[in-house]
Amino acid sequence: MGDLLSGFADALTPGNLLWAFIGVTIGTAVGVLPGIGPALTVALLLPVTFRLEPAAALIMFAGIYYGGMYGGSTTSILLNTPGESASVATALEGNKMARAGRGAAALATAALGSFVAGTIGTIALSVAAPVVADIAVNFGPPEYVALMAVAFVTVSALLGPSLLKGGASLVIGATIGLVGIDTQTGQARLAFGMPSLLDGIDVVIVVVALFALGETFAHLIAGTGDSRVEPLRGQPMLSRADFRRSWPAWLRGTALGFPIGSLPAGGADVPTFLSYSLEKRLSKHRDEFGHGAIEGVAGPEAANNAAAAGVLVPLLTIGLPTSATAAVILTAFQSYGLQPGPQLFSESGELVWALIASLYIGNVLLLVLNLPLARAWVRLLTIPAYGIYAGVLVFACLGAFAAGGTVADLIVLTVLGLIGLLMREAGVPVAPAVVGLILAPLAEQQLRRALALSEGDWSTLVSSPLTVVLWLVVLLALVAPPALAFARRRSTGRDKQSVG
Amino acid sequence: MRITWRPAAAGPFVAAGLATVLLVASLVWGRDDEAGFLNGRQLRLMAPAGPGGGWDQTAREMQTALRTEAGRTEVYNVAGAGGTIGLSQFVRFEGDPTQLMVMGLVMVGAIESNDSPVALDRTTPLARLLTDYEVIVVPADSPVKDMAGLVAAMKDDLGKVSWAGGSAGGIEQILAGLVADAIGADPAGVNYVAHSGGGEALSTLLSGRATAGVSGVSELEGQIKAGTIRAIAVSSPQRLPSLPDVPTLKEQGVDVELANWRGVVAPPGITAEDERQLEDLLVGMTRTEAWRETLQRRGWLDATLTGAQFERYIADERRTVTDVLKKMGLA
Repeated sequence: MGDLLSGFADALTPGNLLWAFIGVTIGTAVGVLPGIGPALTVALLLPVTFRLEPAAALIMFAGIYYGGMYGGSTTSILLNTPGESASVATALEGNKMARAGRGAAALATAALGSFVAGTIGTIALSVAAPVVADIAVNFGPPEYVALMAVAFVTVSALLGPSLLKGGASLVIGATIGLVGIDTQTGQARLAFGMPSLLDGIDVVIVVVALFALGETFAHLIAGTGDSRVEPLRGQPMLSRADFRRSWPAWLRGTALGFPIGSLPAGGADVPTFLSYSLEKRLSKHRDEFGHGAIEGVAGPEAANNAAAAGVLVPLLTIGLPTSATAAVILTAFQSYGLQPGPQLFSESGELVWALIASLYIGNVLLLVLNLPLARAWVRLLTIPAYGIYAGVLVFACLGAFAAGGTVADLIVLTVLGLIGLLMREAGVPVAPAVVGLILAPLAEQQLRRALALSEGDWSTLVSSPLTVVLWLVVLLALVAPPALAFARRRSTGRDKQSVG
Repeated sequence: MRITWRPAAAGPFVAAGLATVLLVASLVWGRDDEAGFLNGRQLRLMAPAGPGGGWDQTAREMQTALRTEAGRTEVYNVAGAGGTIGLSQFVRFEGDPTQLMVMGLVMVGAIESNDSPVALDRTTPLARLLTDYEVIVVPADSPVKDMAGLVAAMKDDLGKVSWAGGSAGGIEQILAGLVADAIGADPAGVNYVAHSGGGEALSTLLSGRATAGVSGVSELEGQIKAGTIRAIAVSSPQRLPSLPDVPTLKEQGVDVELANWRGVVAPPGITAEDERQLEDLLVGMTRTEAWRETLQRRGWLDATLTGAQFERYIADERRTVTDVLKKMGLA
């Protein structure tokens, strides 16, 4: 605790607060742009910071890192254009809310949820990091396989009304995920001899294409260029009822996001999908899902930001950078002479605590910056669709180009955009495709690793207490909903009889 | 239900304008008017592997060491397939002397085993910088105590001994194959589990699922010293100053020696003048105090070699590695 306080003392100077403010502003700005993520921004700014005090540089990084997570939700909600895979789940309900004139409420619950989750995540990071890291380290290939199975069975909530169409979308995504060189054998798959496909298709490009381009093309075909959304005026941003429905979702999202984010192969996208499914299952307003349910925004946004804090756990405790941004922060550490590894805390505790203190400060500043901005952002919707989507198209192309840096990426983007349009016209939801794209390759690699390590013995998949627990969750997720539905049908049937 | 257009639309434009100004400012800021042949342009250095690995570390140490001579250098990662994915992207920067790529023995092997359409002869080799050696490790609580124990286990049941390491056909898999060959086992029968980088392999090893792990000394040194994993052998001819307690493979009766050298290449088609100046820049870097300190701290050994000599060296290494990989059924 004393360490943390001295970390605050290092971070809380007027000059550093200014850097924090610059950090969160830049972070939010780049988070809004699809394809330009926090990793790229920190990498761009890294050389500038060599001349800064270590604490000032770290506090700016922290601002950019969390700011990027915040900004990503804005375009998802307002334009149905997630800039990264971790914002896809937010777009599902968030955009429906925006279209129903409740964009400000969606943005507010996202901002507050991010703040709550970011703060709890940072507290967990400063208190429980070593413990969490110990558990995370026990995650080997068999455990990941079981975790992926949990993810696969629970995301059925994302599939939409038609199981067939949702399943088709999942398979389309999984197929896109197969493209590229297979890591276990070094063989190229579905690359058709094109070198630009050897490294696979960047998830960002697929997300931007399926959502942003598909949406734009659909507007083009439907000829709804002049349409605009009417933001409801004179309403509080977040009504009491909204708040009551949001806060449990924030906490549940945080509970999913932080632990999964701290797994070496966890990431921020898996918990957002899990959170969405969980909220849909638990919600008393299940009929609102698909038409703009606020829990569906609150949960995934919280999960996203809690995971962002979780990602720092393996970095700070065992020196394992598990995301691009974490790797860049590691570089920043190294330029100040810090050695990543298990002794980071004991050897360079001072700077690490300054970074953690910066995360708290950045989080507060982000809320101060974003909550008032929510109203301003919502006015964006009053621009006619043709204006908005022209801008979206420009930023989508810029983002795709920034991610890969080649014309081939733009061709891939366009082709996938057309696929997205076809899916939309056929009534196939696009979100499951993103789930398949992310989960399927992860599950495949981990399954093959697990089987190679056990020499093809399938019992390895249930060889540890952790795996057994996870498989039980799978079983529960498969059996519980139909059983509950059956019970509910019976009880409502009885109610009707007694009423009638 | 119509609302006035102008005031409503002003907010986002102000916000967008603010964002643009900030972005442009940050970009302009990032530039530095350094003198010299780079002409104020920034060097971009590709680490063709995931963050945390040997190439990544080399690139990031270079970034620090080059600061006084070349200003700020940007390092970026293009992960996967032993660097051949990075290589195929890199050769597209034809004629651009501000683009550099870290490479090494691993890439030479990966080009063969992946049957990569792009080979190193498409690049302009600049300099070999350093060698790192491989270390074989086991989890701290493993029943395997030394190389003799691992060899015995391999002779007992080769498939049961699983090796976690970097990408398929990379130096770690080559080392595992060489060890099997040296003890009279079939190199093609080694149970090798590939990962996209040292960090990922380490997390599999720490989970206790793999028998042994192979990675660069520099990548695992922190973990070894912290006692989370136990080093049982290094692949160098003599013991390493950074790990004086760890015996070599040869000391333990396994006649294998493998140096994981790393160097830097430029894109194809740069002028001879640019090539000379880049080589001078790199040789100058290896003479700086900062670089010497880096080698010391990382446990790397200096191996500066430039120009035609380096090109010949790459050709030799290519022959040797292809030979080994054929034996293992990988090329």
